[in-house]
Amino acid sequence: MFRIVKAEFLAPEIKRFEILAPKIAAKRKAGQFVIVRISAKGERIPLTIADSSIDRGTITIIVQGIGKTTKEINTLQTDDFFLDVVGPLGLPSHIEKFGTAVSIGGGVGTAIAFPTAKALKDAGNHTISIIGGKTKEHVILEDEMNEICDEVYVTTDDGSYGYHGFVTGQLQELIDSGRKIDFVLAIGPIPMMNAVAEVTRKYGIKTVVSLNPVMVDGTGMCGGCRAVVGGKTVFVCVDGPEFDAHEVDFRLLMKRNNTYRNEEHDALERHICSLDKMYAEALKEEI
Amino acid sequence: MAELSNKERMKIPRQPMPEQNPFERNRNFLEVNLGFTEELARLEAERCIQCPKPKCVEGCPVGVQIKDFIKLVAEGDYLGAAAKIKEDNVLPAVCGRVCPQEQQCEAACVTGVKGEPVAIGRLERFVADYERATVGIRTVEVKPPTGKKVAIIGSGPSGLSCAGELVQKGHSVTVFEALHELGGVLVYGIPEFRLPKEIVRAEVEALEKLGVEFRTNSVIGFTDTIDELMTVEGYDAVFIGVGAGLPYFMNIPGENHNGVYSANEFLTRVNLMKAYKFPEYDTPVFDVRGKNVAVFGGGNTAMDAVRTAKRLGAATASIVYRRSEVEMPARVEEVHHAKAEGIQFVMLTNPLEFLGDDAGWLHGVKLQKMELGEPDASGRRRPVPVEGSEYVMPIDMAVIAIGNGSNPIIQKTTPELQFNKWGNIIVEPETMKTSKKGVFAGGDIVTGGATVILAMGAGRKAARAIDDFLLGEG
Repeated sequence: MFRIVKAEFLAPEIKRFEILAPKIAAKRKAGQFVIVRISAKGERIPLTIADSSIDRGTITIIVQGIGKTTKEINTLQTDDFFLDVVGPLGLPSHIEKFGTAVSIGGGVGTAIAFPTAKALKDAGNHTISIIGGKTKEHVILEDEMNEICDEVYVTTDDGSYGYHGFVTGQLQELIDSGRKIDFVLAIGPIPMMNAVAEVTRKYGIKTVVSLNPVMVDGTGMCGGCRAVVGGKTVFVCVDGPEFDAHEVDFRLLMKRNNTYRNEEHDALERHICSLDKMYAEALKEEI
Repeated sequence: MAELSNKERMKIPRQPMPEQNPFERNRNFLEVNLGFTEELARLEAERCIQCPKPKCVEGCPVGVQIKDFIKLVAEGDYLGAAAKIKEDNVLPAVCGRVCPQEQQCEAACVTGVKGEPVAIGRLERFVADYERATVGIRTVEVKPPTGKKVAIIGSGPSGLSCAGELVQKGHSVTVFEALHELGGVLVYGIPEFRLPKEIVRAEVEALEKLGVEFRTNSVIGFTDTIDELMTVEGYDAVFIGVGAGLPYFMNIPGENHNGVYSANEFLTRVNLMKAYKFPEYDTPVFDVRGKNVAVFGGGNTAMDAVRTAKRLGAATASIVYRRSEVEMPARVEEVHHAKAEGIQFVMLTNPLEFLGDDAGWLHGVKLQKMELGEPDASGRRRPVPVEGSEYVMPIDMAVIAIGNGSNPIIQKTTPELQFNKWGNIIVEPETMKTSKKGVFAGGDIVTGGATVILAMGAGRKAARAIDDFLLGEG
């Protein structure tokens, strides 16, 4: 059992958990992930480690409530427990002094980009961060990014805050302004990562993305997380999760991520129905 | 037993295993084999002629004293028989179910020369089940503590047998498991209908009672490296029994379509994560109800996968294998069970390409007929393609069950260990010693994919060498 030291919402449906896991905290490097499970009947869910504190013996994960399990995770509060936390898994980010490094995070992807951005800064890069969100309230980790980056740009789809448009628009502006960019890290929804890859491809900028396929064990045992990179099949859990953005077959990734679309939809519906029932009963009791 | 002559004993027919009706069991996940009753067990035990030099014992990879335990069964001393087996085998309820006895102890049985061999596996299972159901699994005696610490990596068959041996010798034993549940392939790979998970849990609990400590969620290589276990954590020896955990694919077009699984993934979802109880359990598996499923391969894992697909409600569930039925590595019993359950066998056929729609969903497989040519390196006749025999089989789900390579995590994180070109750890065959001092290895990570009992034999052999190593070091 792994105790939650602190749980707080960062944005609607996006919650940050600091979990007591001293071994993982001491070991983990930027880019690595854990697999968590919250109940005996629960799924194994891979989540990137956003941060850690060796002093407190904790790791931080940031969860977006999308399906049944992630929504359930987001009902957990300070002093609740995760049943299983295993890691650190996957290969650490490849960090070197590139020169100017841009870390792009779309939505909850910012949480995944954060530790690598920090490591890029520590390696002596001039670090720029572009944080995208649907609206102002969906922008996360702006203060944290400000602390570790030389420049931070915020974009919102609706223009309610920062640059009006997508992260790719902001990136294109930076390129057009004549800035020399040596490295781009892009993490977020698949279409966003694909779009960033297409922008940087034209300029030959080395670009890395972190993939988020369906996983079960996370140790190379099942092959469920396979993706195609450079025409070759890889297991994202042990060969990644970070890959050269210009080599990734994003279309296949998108299709494979739809494998359990129907089941996920049904599970969520049932979950919401049971929640509604709970609320209804709670209301009845109050009356 | 003096009242029967050998001739009379050999006249008793081999007692059949009572089993669930095939057309009921192919719709449930309950165990297929129901187990001997006391009457059946005693009758079967009477068939043993108590050879002065029993060949069956030589046929057993862990050397169970078969003749002696069967004598105890014939006398009605089932608990005595259980104790006798456990002198050599820590997992009798498991081995009685999943060992290929027909290739081992029963293949060596003298009674089997003219008639049918004594059903040793069924008797082993009966004895273990009897003990568990009546008095619970009893533990054996443990020697006084030696003060030595052993780390065992992997809680599958080799790790459990190694742990059981070492804890009895008084060493402090910790088993590290990457998954959240203990048992390795016994829980993620072998289906409930062949090996109920409750039995694995009971066997693990028995080891816990002996003093073995189990740590789940520990991926050695990542959570701790082997070096850290030996220096920081103070383990005097390490046994690596991580199994063959990296599924092979066939590298043919379309293999990444939705609906194409490795056997490991399909079975892990259903067995470990209980996807057959979705949505009660949260992990889904492709919904095969009314659909057509093909499993590629001819081993026990392929049989497990195809029978699982049938139980999940597949309209048709087929084995597609490139050689003929006699070359299939699966146990004969499994093939019989599968056929009785309505599994189709498409022999001498090889897949060329998986076909999918625009959204990436599998809808068929292009197959090619094969014929058998000259024997290959394995001694089996090599399958050769028949020109112009290609055809399309409509399928909605495919499972690739052509074996496993070795998982790279230990190799990447333990530079001093020597591996062969397939990624298997190189060991001294008599001691299971690796090239790194104090580190031993056994099971599928050494041999490549094999059987539960061979892995257990390796774990046991290593345990003896580890004991010598620890005591020798003084």
